[in-house]
Amino acid sequence: MSWKIWSLKKSPWVFHVNVGACNNCDIEIVNCLTPKFDVERFGIKLVGSPRHADALLVTGVGTRQAAVRLREVYRQTAKPCVVFLIGACPCGTGIFHTGYHVEGPVDKILKDEDPNAIIAYVPGCPPKPEAIISGVVKALSVL
Amino acid sequence: MSEPLQNVFWLLLFPGFVFTLIIGLAASWIVRKVSALVQWRVGPPLYQPLVDIIKLTGKEILIPIQAQQTIFIMAPIVGLSSMILLSTLLWRIIIAPSEIFIGDVIVAIYLMIMPSLALILGSSASASPHAAIGAGREMKLVMGYELPMVLAFIVVIIKTGGQLGLASIAGYTPVFSISGFLAFLVSLLAIQAKLGFVPFDIAEAETELGSGVLMEYSGALLALWKIMQAMMLVAFPLFLVIMFLGGFGTTGAQLWAGIGKFVIVLVLVILIKNTNPRVRIDQAMKFFWVYCGLISAIAVALAIIGSLYGISWL
Repeated sequence: MSWKIWSLKKSPWVFHVNVGACNNCDIEIVNCLTPKFDVERFGIKLVGSPRHADALLVTGVGTRQAAVRLREVYRQTAKPCVVFLIGACPCGTGIFHTGYHVEGPVDKILKDEDPNAIIAYVPGCPPKPEAIISGVVKALSVL
Repeated sequence: MSEPLQNVFWLLLFPGFVFTLIIGLAASWIVRKVSALVQWRVGPPLYQPLVDIIKLTGKEILIPIQAQQTIFIMAPIVGLSSMILLSTLLWRIIIAPSEIFIGDVIVAIYLMIMPSLALILGSSASASPHAAIGAGREMKLVMGYELPMVLAFIVVIIKTGGQLGLASIAGYTPVFSISGFLAFLVSLLAIQAKLGFVPFDIAEAETELGSGVLMEYSGALLALWKIMQAMMLVAFPLFLVIMFLGGFGTTGAQLWAGIGKFVIVLVLVILIKNTNPRVRIDQAMKFFWVYCGLISAIAVALAIIGSLYGISWL
């Protein structure tokens, strides 16, 4: 395991991208930072700019308007980076499957942009903070 | 060892870069850990700041197409090298007080502005609207705190009888007088703004500007900024210890007392950081110019009266 990957696992800074979520998953993500779950124990920090980020937390179904921005944000992120799809919507468009405003599953949008994108899925509507932490830990341990 | 080699050793290894960086990383861990404890959390492990920097050096460096590339790359290097100079200067004064030059207070004050100027330069060169707002705020903040801070340092110079060498100033403790205490309070707040901590993190406002001045930096260049900020966390409290609290010894009880003073200043900074909300830029300007400026002016007047009539507690 190279030192780059090792240090990435020890301090993943996350950037939160909402591509058309109902705000439920976003609240659960913010929940992870509260004193009860305190993900700063693992070096996880919420940053304000995709340039600083090592992981993108994507919530939402991937609407046509937001898909353009998602591609832009992914291009702006410094590689190597990991993308986490949080919730049922980004994992498989959920109940909005046939919606007129849906561009497609978020993983498809990202694979169009970069075929080698590293994508991890945390399903649930919304996933509990425990589930998000467990998903992040599992994804980072196979990296 | 020949003299140039000796100077390089001082700058890069012992009192300069590596030594200060290690203490600075420990200090930034203390900042994060104490903040976590204040918020009833567990907080990051001891090696966290080091891992952050190792990770950032391994990441891709992205430079915006519209950015002014040379300045964008040079700005963190300028800021970091001025911090290396400042920390070497301060530690050398502690280690070898006899080998000083007159007027190093003024040099130190100049070097303390350099990180802010480098931040303004780098963020203006990065062609990002968020960074431009951040640069404007940082500029106003610098104009706000410089005047009261320099006035506060003038108080120290008056109290010590016109000394301009840091080593001779370190022999006095101006904080045990009314004017010295007021000046210490003002310069503590100015240091808070220089470090970019809450309530004066207006330029880097995470929630409204993304990361403001550092918005477009990534990878190793961001790591340089983080290293610079870690070294600022050592150099600025150390400067206050030398100016106000009677300096830092190198042997036995003196050394422990010095470490104690340094930790006291650091913890005061952290507590101000954790118990205050962020102020707006106009509030910060008003705070520094009206209130801190007034307090500094009163302190200067008291110090002059005290030195004229020989009243040491004034």
